[in-house]
Amino acid sequence: MNEPAGAVPVISVVNLRVSYSEREVLHGISFDVRRGETLVILGGSGSGKSTLLRTLVGLEKPSAGEVWIKGVNIAAASEPELDEIRKKMGVSFQGGALFGSMTVGENVALPLREHTRLEDSTIEIMVRIKLEQVGLASFENYMPSELSGGMKKRAAVARALAMDPDMLLFDEPSAGLDPIIAAGIDELILELKKAYSMSIVVVTHELASAFLIADRILLIDRGNVLAIGSKEEIKTCTQPRVRQFLDRVPEPQVEDELNYLQMLTRDIKARN
Amino acid sequence: MGAAEKITALPYRVGAATVNGLAYVGSLARLAGDSAYTTVAGPFRGKGVRLQRALHQAMAVGVGAIPIVSLITFFVGLIMALQSAYELRRLGAIQFVADAVAISIIRELGPLITAIIVIGRSGSAFAAEIGTMRVTEEVDALETMALRPVAFLVAPKFLAMLVMVPCLTVWADFMGVMGGCLFGVTGANFTFISYLRATRDALLASDILTGLIKSALFAVVITAVGCQEGFSTGAGAEEVGRSTTTAVVRSIFLVIAVDLVFTALFYLTNHG
Repeated sequence: MNEPAGAVPVISVVNLRVSYSEREVLHGISFDVRRGETLVILGGSGSGKSTLLRTLVGLEKPSAGEVWIKGVNIAAASEPELDEIRKKMGVSFQGGALFGSMTVGENVALPLREHTRLEDSTIEIMVRIKLEQVGLASFENYMPSELSGGMKKRAAVARALAMDPDMLLFDEPSAGLDPIIAAGIDELILELKKAYSMSIVVVTHELASAFLIADRILLIDRGNVLAIGSKEEIKTCTQPRVRQFLDRVPEPQVEDELNYLQMLTRDIKARN
Repeated sequence: MGAAEKITALPYRVGAATVNGLAYVGSLARLAGDSAYTTVAGPFRGKGVRLQRALHQAMAVGVGAIPIVSLITFFVGLIMALQSAYELRRLGAIQFVADAVAISIIRELGPLITAIIVIGRSGSAFAAEIGTMRVTEEVDALETMALRPVAFLVAPKFLAMLVMVPCLTVWADFMGVMGGCLFGVTGANFTFISYLRATRDALLASDILTGLIKSALFAVVITAVGCQEGFSTGAGAEEVGRSTTTAVVRSIFLVIAVDLVFTALFYLTNHG
């Protein structure tokens, strides 16, 4: 990794390993997220990219390694320390994860109500500002169930922005959306990047959207870092596995006929 | 599996089941303890329990249950009167029907039937609500907003249940006695006033008190099991159904078990 001088990482992941019970999902991952950059974590299904994001926000505990955010190793941090970091970290979940029993406005207001001592009128104004920023002005009294998939994601971004975070994390922002709505979400991320000097981490498997919004791309595959670098570096990378992902080549069929026969007849006993 | 293996497998299974059972009770106690801590210590740290949410829960748990609790316990009171009258009439002691109804309803059936209705209405709803929130990542979203799911979701439910279940029990006791009264007036030569007087003479203050203590314990058990099952919901809509079923079955079992233990304790302390 060629760090430019003076670039301080906001997130620094060192040799991170995460396991679900017996199965290890991430096998020693290291990378940095620099201040103000947009890093896209790109990987196929089951590559461990969502687990990586969940670990970055402290929802999964690593089995080994360190995750440094603002000088705190969240793998070993106490709950109050973790809370302080989380208050300055906005997370937008795949399905939006809006609270179904509250209106859109109440959803956005929730972190402000719980963590600040602002007047209700101030909170209301801030909610309107945040909703306007994501293109949902005048939707504050709708229930989440009355919104479309794309609008839910926008509302989730507004909620993530509520506490004026200096870090924004997206889990699959374009999952389940049609290309036009997905492009709108990409556009929103670009606008936010321009408007604030936030560090943004996006987990996705969409190549087009990754190359549109990223400053740098981290490619992960089966729980390992395959490549990290600027868009150009990744585009011109010659590593076969990277090329396979970028050129969308399907996995080769490995079984030959004998293996196939064995697979069919395995564990079936002859009858005599 | 050989005979020797079967013999050694049995103690292993018994041991594993015991450890799992104890771990489960431990997790319930932890949930209850955490909630109690946030409710009591929260206000001193500037984070009061969500009274608004507790009130909302209390309406759903308590006020919403009044019609069905009234109807069922009225019927049960009437049934108890009919059943005991059957035997008492043969002994020429029909005037004791008020005593029989009062003692069985107030010591046992009022608290128990209330608990079972509350399990069906609210315990299952807790599991389904929290389970759905897990599936849609809303619980994760709470955590990433530095809000404790226990403080936010569980503590208001405990508070509401601890107040409302004993209140419902008192009402259930009253309605059960009224059910018995219907028979007493129509079939056993009581007047309304004389039936109530007979009921009063049959009871000790401690009968009502032990019923209330039990109902408070039932409230803790139902809330803890419902919420615990909700939190342990896996991925997918199917899992919500499974955890709701488990919550109901386990709550009923644990309520009966707690009932047995405390009834035995009351018996031993009075007669032992």
